[in-house]
Amino acid sequence: MFDQKKFVVSHAPFLHDESRISERSYNIMLAALPAVLFGLVHYGIPALGVVSLSISSSIIWEFLMNYVTKRPKSIGDGNAALIGLLFAMLLPATSPWWLVLTGTFVSVVIGKQIFGGIGGNPFNPALIGIAILMVSWKNFFDFDDALLNYDLGFIMVYPLAALKHFGVSAVDSFTISDLLLGRQIGAIGTTFGIGIIAGGIYLIIRGFIRWEISLSFLAGVLITALIFDLYDSTRYAGPFFHLLTGYTLIGAFFLATEDSSSPVNFIPMFIYGAGGGIMTVLIRNIGAHVDGVVFAVILMNIANPLLDKIRPKAIGKGF
Amino acid sequence: MLKRSFIRLTKPRFKNELLPDTQTEPQKISTPKKVTLLLDNSFDQKEVFLLKEGDKVKTGRKLFLSKDSDTYVISTITGTVTSISPYTGDFGDTYTAISIVAGEEEEIDDEFEKYCKEPNLDVAKKFLACVPGNPPINLFSDPDKRINTIVICGVDSDLLITTRQYAVKSDIEAIKSGIHFLKKITGIDNIIMAAHRNQIQECGDTDIEIKEVNSDYPSTHPHLIMKDILGQSVPEGRSCEDVGVCFFSAEAIAAIGNAFNNGKIPVTKNLTLIKKDGSKMMVSTRIGTPISEIFDAFEVTLNEKDRIIAGGPMTGSAVFSEDYPIQPDTDAIIVQDKDSVKKVLDNPCINCGECIRICPAKVPINMLIRFLQAGQYGTAAEQYDLFSCIECGLCSFVCISRIPIFQYIRLAKYELRSD
Repeated sequence: MFDQKKFVVSHAPFLHDESRISERSYNIMLAALPAVLFGLVHYGIPALGVVSLSISSSIIWEFLMNYVTKRPKSIGDGNAALIGLLFAMLLPATSPWWLVLTGTFVSVVIGKQIFGGIGGNPFNPALIGIAILMVSWKNFFDFDDALLNYDLGFIMVYPLAALKHFGVSAVDSFTISDLLLGRQIGAIGTTFGIGIIAGGIYLIIRGFIRWEISLSFLAGVLITALIFDLYDSTRYAGPFFHLLTGYTLIGAFFLATEDSSSPVNFIPMFIYGAGGGIMTVLIRNIGAHVDGVVFAVILMNIANPLLDKIRPKAIGKGF
Repeated sequence: MLKRSFIRLTKPRFKNELLPDTQTEPQKISTPKKVTLLLDNSFDQKEVFLLKEGDKVKTGRKLFLSKDSDTYVISTITGTVTSISPYTGDFGDTYTAISIVAGEEEEIDDEFEKYCKEPNLDVAKKFLACVPGNPPINLFSDPDKRINTIVICGVDSDLLITTRQYAVKSDIEAIKSGIHFLKKITGIDNIIMAAHRNQIQECGDTDIEIKEVNSDYPSTHPHLIMKDILGQSVPEGRSCEDVGVCFFSAEAIAAIGNAFNNGKIPVTKNLTLIKKDGSKMMVSTRIGTPISEIFDAFEVTLNEKDRIIAGGPMTGSAVFSEDYPIQPDTDAIIVQDKDSVKKVLDNPCINCGECIRICPAKVPINMLIRFLQAGQYGTAAEQYDLFSCIECGLCSFVCISRIPIFQYIRLAKYELRSD
């Protein structure tokens, strides 16, 4: 009896499609890379510093929280690094080191770990970090001020701030191709439109993000901006301007699509995405903030559990 | 074996294995030296059994432990009973294991032959409940279930297996007479055959209705055959039998047909053997053969930490010993090398939605699993459709966190039902 071979006894199913969390995290980081590299080329060493510090400090915060809460070490799944990268992409290149550290602390610890780690966070962790920084240290997010010392050979004005403060006439000089090719200033990883769109398409094709959310988010922005533009084009900028400036594209492909804080059922995904897009333009056009993506997505995160109750009836229900 | 595809715009689809046109005869194994038969009856030490160690039995002999019990097994070899012992299966199911060591010459028991001239439900119940394929004969006399439709599955219920399809291809005459006898003994005329498109021609001249089943897994699952083909849905937590439909495998029907035609109870079972390298073969062996004999015959070497699976890759069960006997419904034996055994993890759900997209029963698995992991089975059943699950295993298959979702669901159902 005892010299028998021992076999692995486990439960069905005995096959797996070999997907894993780390594969997902690293692919999303890979998709973000074109936009990040473009930012690094534009803003140089300070931007590299911000990105590196952000990623490394996120991982360290996660590791410390794992240690303090005596839970298995979860930095291997790449999610902390992903949060750090997305967070850095939303910062201006000249952010001081303490701002980055505080932001990643808020993102990883308050945004994610206190809810029980990956999968438990009700909000997108990177957005929680950015939102708290934006409210607490507003001046650092004035991109015109933050990037004062740069001259990259195109209009060195943050398009959304120009729109807010000086009206539509101030942004006439931005052409769509300029905005797509990244000839605008802004946060490190948000200015290179084509790069972000390419990354987003990659993620959709590979199935790492849910296309319903991205597309409905973009549609929400376009349609709402178009309605405003049609109503009064002297006061409100056109839909493509809103689509290609600020955090819109990164919001659609990388922020709103965060797994844990977004719905998974078909109809809720559309409502969630479209709601985020609509809120973005509403905040930009009639709200107090320059950009609306951060708060729009967080608002929709709040609505997510409720939205996800709209789901198909399971087999055998309703008798 | 089946990996996540690089491009994944739509939900992944898994095809049931179709029987190749070139399928050869199953390879027969010589009569085993020893068989173990599992009697569905818990073992009571104090009880005095009718059957004793040392009793001589013939092939086809009906073995039972006491006169009042309905459960029995059919001896599949001629020999001597060497042990009667308790056996515990999955989820604490208890059986009595009867081991028989083969004698010199095979003799066929003739008790069934006397009765088989006049086929009726009672005879079928008394002799044919454990023929290959495990026909659910006892259902017809169960007063709680009013069976009005019989579905014959010519399709296999799990991935990679072709056992039932082979029964349709090789034994269609026996299936036809099996259908004839089944109609006669049950009085049910509404018999339907479920078959894949490529099988329809093979079963064309049976006089029953043939319905095409999609080859996407899990379309061959009884609940989905009910929904897609019969247009009936089964209320959550109930079985197909509760609404009057029962399922017979093609192999079981063929066995019934053969039994009444030949006057002998079939004791040989076909099964799909899937080796470590993924190669498949059909094997024909006596019910009760320890799987080690199959491995010896086909040169499968086993190492420490390999995995042996009785049944299909999605719904089968792993066995802990090489002595595990082939059951009447063991349609496949799969051997996995220790390097291809994928471990499950205790990651939390990351809410990626893969399971939601693939679930054929539309169960909100992302929410359900959170409650199951927290042990809140009651809430899971009330609010998150636990009992709608049809147990196909796809959610665990695609889970990025590698949570054993399927096992959590089965455990929760078991716990709630045993309360």
